[in-house]
Order: sequence, then structure tokens, then C-alpha cells
Amino acid sequence: MELKVTHLDACYGKHKVLSDLSFSLPKGKLMCVLGPNGVGKSTLFQCILGLKKQQAGKIYIQGVEVETLNIRQRAKQIAFIPQSHHPVFSYKVKDIVLMSTESTLSGIKSPGKRQMEMALEAMERVGISHLAERKYTQISGGERQLVMIARALAQQAKVLIMDEPTSNLDYGNQVRIMKQIRKLVEDGYTILQSCHQPDQAFLYADEILALWKGRVLAQGSPKEVLTEELIQKIYGVDVEIKSFHEDQIRVCIPAYLHKS
Amino acid sequence: MKKETKILTALSICLAFVFLISFGLGKYPINIKELLGILGSKILPIKQFWTNNQQIALFNIRMPRILLGILVGAALPTAGVCYQGIFRNPMVSPDLLGASSGAAFGAVLAILSGAGFLGISMSAFFFALFTVWIVCMVGKHAKGNSALGLVLSGIMVSSVFTSATSFLKLVADPDQELPAITYWLMGSLAGAKKSDVAFVILPILSGMIPLFLLRWKLNLLTIGEEEARTMGIDVVKIRGIVIACATLITAASISVSGMIGWVGLVIPHFARMLIGCDYRKLLPASVLMGATFMLIVDNIARLATTSEIPIGILTSFVGAPFFLYLIMREGE
Repeated sequence: MELKVTHLDACYGKHKVLSDLSFSLPKGKLMCVLGPNGVGKSTLFQCILGLKKQQAGKIYIQGVEVETLNIRQRAKQIAFIPQSHHPVFSYKVKDIVLMSTESTLSGIKSPGKRQMEMALEAMERVGISHLAERKYTQISGGERQLVMIARALAQQAKVLIMDEPTSNLDYGNQVRIMKQIRKLVEDGYTILQSCHQPDQAFLYADEILALWKGRVLAQGSPKEVLTEELIQKIYGVDVEIKSFHEDQIRVCIPAYLHKS
Repeated sequence: MKKETKILTALSICLAFVFLISFGLGKYPINIKELLGILGSKILPIKQFWTNNQQIALFNIRMPRILLGILVGAALPTAGVCYQGIFRNPMVSPDLLGASSGAAFGAVLAILSGAGFLGISMSAFFFALFTVWIVCMVGKHAKGNSALGLVLSGIMVSSVFTSATSFLKLVADPDQELPAITYWLMGSLAGAKKSDVAFVILPILSGMIPLFLLRWKLNLLTIGEEEARTMGIDVVKIRGIVIACATLITAASISVSGMIGWVGLVIPHFARMLIGCDYRKLLPASVLMGATFMLIVDNIARLATTSEIPIGILTSFVGAPFFLYLIMREGE
């Protein structure tokens, strides 16, 4: 298993957010974490990334317990792709991508030729080489998200954690980003992402982790897990699931649209 | 040659030029040939063709003042640009964490207790460090966003020291001490002595060298605490070192020059416009531009009128409108 979480408990102050959470994700798979706002998706990611300490439980990457790794070793294993944001200073795109090569440096060194090559290769891979000299603050939201992905690739980690990579993006950019993410999965990256759209989970995910009240409600392939009952339970809305192209594609439609 | 390297070379040449020019300006005119002669005679056997007064003016008056101008002019923007990075805010200046209000309190306290120049500098220096130390200790206990906690405790602790300074001014002797206090608070390089240079050179260099070595990492800190951590940086450790070094050089420069405002805020902006945000180039550019700017303004301060204008007044006079211009420009 590339990523394995066992019996994880996490609290904010006295409020328990995650309890006894266990799941595992094989190499080269994309897992979507579904659940209502505030269910603890971000908390789970923070624990995996080492930004927050869990109360109990263990997290393993390639069989190694992450708590035994230092910050730099951890960065070599797991990279984080945040929602595209607006930084305070207007760095060039290539400088932003170059920053994540920090994990490959030792001591107080600055990046050299080798790191620059890693950054250029990562940009090439997501098709943004032409943006290298542009300012990160002056490109579009979709392009910024691609820069964040390139930055994670330049970090040389094989497990990627993404926090709703397509929120705030228009439809075209959502499709382009998800296509890019799928390509990474085919190339052997293991990806854990949070997601708010059951449709997106149907289209792109290999595995679904459905969270409810801080616990795992279900884990499995989208077709097994994403039923009308489950969606009703975690989101509190009635839906109808339709299938197209001989059940190759499924979509989720709010049921009230149909009743009138 | 890359564009950034060209800019840094041009800035270095500018500084060297202003440095030489500054020696020639003053009550005893010294031309470039005499200047090179006097300087050269220290290492080469050159027959004296200049007057003794020129030599004394050069070594005892101008040299310390120019060196001090370069040190303070390099130190303040370095501290400013580092603070701006770690607090992710381009409007931050080196006194964010209370260094200058602490220094002012220390200086005023020393003036009231009748200390000499060195005593005033030392008191200002240690109170500046002490204030920032209190701020860090208080900020550490803030819940949630640790950078915000530091900023808020900086504002609070500063205001305590500022009111303490006001109280000391109230009880000061209005004929002797109050003018001395007022003059110190305005900021000036006048009367710079060799001992001043000796006093600050060690703290300034020992703060600047680690900052230069860590300047690549400062880039990552501007991206945000959590993201920087996921990229493999020990944010708490690096931020601690940067704050300590930036505070050391701020305290040292304020302790000998008084309050020279705006340099630490405006120069980093100007450097960023010229060379971009990458600290690998931004930090050297800030140092070169800050030192050049300080020398130019100090030349105006000592030459423009028959009696000296405190340099702090001039930097605010130039700095504030320039900053307004920047704000207008950024809106476009």
C-alpha cells in the first residue's frame, strides 16, 4: 500500500474531528474524499502532511511511519497541492515551481542547475513551459492551478494530496485540470484529493472515501460506494443516479428537478 | 550576462561612485586626486601633497560618517525586506516588532541618567533587543495564527514603550535634556565617530551574514507557513533565526543613528520593482540601494544648509511621497 492510515483520531481543542479513521490507498490510484463541509477532510490532510498532530493512530507512506520522518524527508514523500491562491509577492512562475525543490537540497544550499532542470521538467509535464517567465499573479486561475501541480511534481514526491483542486475554476479549466490529474495517476502517482462533486468522483476517481461525522462511512470503487442512499445520508439531499453509455458514465441529479 | 547580474553590477558601481564622491564633499574640499593620495598613502609610500587638515577631516570626520551611513543604509532595508517576507506583508518596516520604540526608550533613559554617547548607544541597543524579546515571548502564547500574534503583541508592547518614553520626556529638564532627546529621536549620523563604527560593525555583520546565507529560504516563507512546511522547510526554526538576525541589525543601526524612518520600508519596494521578488537577488539589491540612498541623503543633510538637518527628517520627506507614488502605481 502506498498510503495507509490506521485508527486515526484528531481533535481541535476538545472537539473531536476524526475518530478511528482507517483506510488504505494502493500505488497509482486516485482517491476522492467526499463528505459534507466540516467533516474533517482538511484535518485528515493536515495530519498526513504533518501540519497537525493526531491524538492517536498511525500514518504510513510506502510502509514507513511518517511520524518518524523529519520535515525534509516527509516532503520527499508527500507533496501538497493547495487551491490556487493569490500570493503577496509577484514571483515568476519558474521561481514558484523551483521553490519545492527545497526538499532535494541539503543544509542552507540554494537551488542549482539540477533543481532548475527539475522545475523545467515539471512545467513541461503539465504543459506550462511557455508561462515560465510570466508573473504568477498575472496568469489565469486555471494556469495558477497548473503551476501548483507543477510545483508538487518538482518536489519529486510520489504521493500528492490535493485540496479541492478544481474549486474556483470555470468548467473548461475543471476538465483540463482533471485530465492532467488523471494523466499523473496513469504515470504512477498516487493521489488523494478532496472533492465536492459526486459527478467528478464518478468521472475520475478509482476509489472513494466517504466520511460522515468524523468516521469512514464507506470505501470502495465509485460505482459500489456512491449510491443514492449514501449521498442522501452525507449531504442530506435526495438525488437520482443515472447511467449513460452502457453504464460507463454515471451522473447524479437532484431529485426535486424530476418530481414537478 | 543575465539581466539581474547586470542590475546588481550597475548598483555596485553606483555605490562605489557615491562612496568616493561623499569623501570629497564638505567644508574642506578634497579632490579625487588628493583623496586617492590620502587613502593610498596608508598602504603605499606616497609623498604628501595634501594638507594635514584634509587628512584629519578625511579620517576622523568623513570616514566614520560615510562608513556608518553605509552600514545603517545597508542594515535597515535588509531587516525590512526580511520582515516583509516572513510576515508576508509589503507594508512592514523593521520596527514592526518594537525595536525602535524600545531603542527610543533606552536612549531617553540613558540621556536622563547623564550617560555619554557610548552609554546612550548601548542602552538603546539593549532596550531594542529586550523589547523584541518581550514581543516574541508574548507572541508565542498567542493562539492560532502565530505570525498575527507576533504582530499584535508588537503593536501593544511598542505602545507601552512609546508611552514610557513620553513620560520620561515629561519629567526631563526642558533646557538640557529635552533638546538632546528630541534631537536623538529625529535620527542623525552627525558626529559619527570611529567608536560608533566599531560598536555597530560586529552586530550588523553577524546579523547580515546568516540572512545572506538563508536568503533562498526566505522565498518559501513568503508563500505561507503550512505550504512552506509541506515543501520541506522548518518554518519555525528559519523564521526564528531570521527574526533574531533582522532584529540584531535593526537594533544596532538605530542605536547609533537614532530613528531613521522609511529607509527600511521604501528601499525594499524599490529593489523589488527593479529586480523582482527572488530574495537571492532582492537582498543584495536592497543592501546596495539602501547604502547608496543613505549616503546621498546624508550628503544633503550635512551640506544643504549651514547647520545640519537631521537625516531622519529628510528620509521621511523623500520616503513618504515616494511611497504614495508606489501605492498609486500599484493600483494600475
